[in-house]
Amino acid sequence: MKRLAFIVCAWAVLASCVDNNVKKIGEAVVEEPEKEVATPASLVTIPSYDFSEFEAKYLQPEDDMTYVINFWATWCKPCIEEMPAFESLRKNYEAKKVKVVLVSLDLPKLLEKQVIPFVEKKGLQSEVILLDDPDANTWIPKVAEEWSGAIPATLIIKGDRSQFYEQSFTYETLEEAVNSI
Amino acid sequence: MKTILPVIAVLILCLTLSTAFVADTTTNDGYSIGDIAAPIDLLNVDGKRVSYADYPNARGFIVIFTCNTCPYAVASEDRINALDAEFKPKGYPVIAINPNDPALQPADTYELMQKKAAEKKFSFPYLYDKTNTVYAQYGATKTPHVYILQKEKTGDLTVAYIGAIDDNVRDADNVNERFAANAVNELLAGKEVSVKETRAIGCSVKQAK
Repeated sequence: MKRLAFIVCAWAVLASCVDNNVKKIGEAVVEEPEKEVATPASLVTIPSYDFSEFEAKYLQPEDDMTYVINFWATWCKPCIEEMPAFESLRKNYEAKKVKVVLVSLDLPKLLEKQVIPFVEKKGLQSEVILLDDPDANTWIPKVAEEWSGAIPATLIIKGDRSQFYEQSFTYETLEEAVNSI
Repeated sequence: MKTILPVIAVLILCLTLSTAFVADTTTNDGYSIGDIAAPIDLLNVDGKRVSYADYPNARGFIVIFTCNTCPYAVASEDRINALDAEFKPKGYPVIAINPNDPALQPADTYELMQKKAAEKKFSFPYLYDKTNTVYAQYGATKTPHVYILQKEKTGDLTVAYIGAIDDNVRDADNVNERFAANAVNELLAGKEVSVKETRAIGCSVKQAK
């Protein structure tokens, strides 16, 4: 109940913070749709990576940042429920060298139809990317040997240290995990 | 002494309860390859109870934890029917078990399971894990999650394979390796399963913590 109350509050806070006109998702390019285009292009772009690209870009950090990498999908109810905790962490830990990356495992063909509208609707401010690599049996153990493949799942990396969690987080438990790395 | 005894009794009770609680929550342990699978006795969508003992001629089972709405489970429905069609005649029928608690996942009630089985013409039993114990015993964490059991000469069922149906849960047309089918074919040929454990993305089992 406490958790539910937190989620509701967090969404309310988030929703009230969202600027309806400009949405910037991490490093994603935010562009105004061209006027000539009949159907306006989305304000949000989400890059897609296969696993080797994703691994090179996110799993081998060479800086002193803490990376909180959350695996989710629009169809995953517990993932959506814990998302406000990650958004709050991004906001509160921005100055503390913590970076949140939300890795969508949605079907690539649903990127435009489901993932981007979801990100826009929720006004997500964390970096969102799509991991598009069907050979999960090969890449899942490269993320974490103990990962069964169930989501939500979160990997926290700092330098050569990493900790994997196949579980849902509240803000409190997420903060604790980040501080313990 | 009269006052101490009840205190000790309460302490022992507390210890027992806390141990039981801990045991209940360690759902990730489950079966490993080579473990003997416990019998099941679960309600099927046709209203009858199903156990492994109902299949005296089976050489083993393809047990699949799956559910009504997880997109990866839905994407696997035709493949599960196909596995049953291919391997039931050879002695390895599919037994599907829905591990989700309908209190947490309203789309997985017994009635909606019946609807799903009828709509998709499931040729295999689709069982309701009402007591929420079987998935934990197996260690199933997601849907779909496959366990292939091999019947030994003793009648015991040993776990021969744990994991995915194939190497592309998202797209049946682009499958390169049929992990589950390959495992059963190896068992049928009297060989050891070469790829015993595989992984795939799936929906987490919806159960109270």
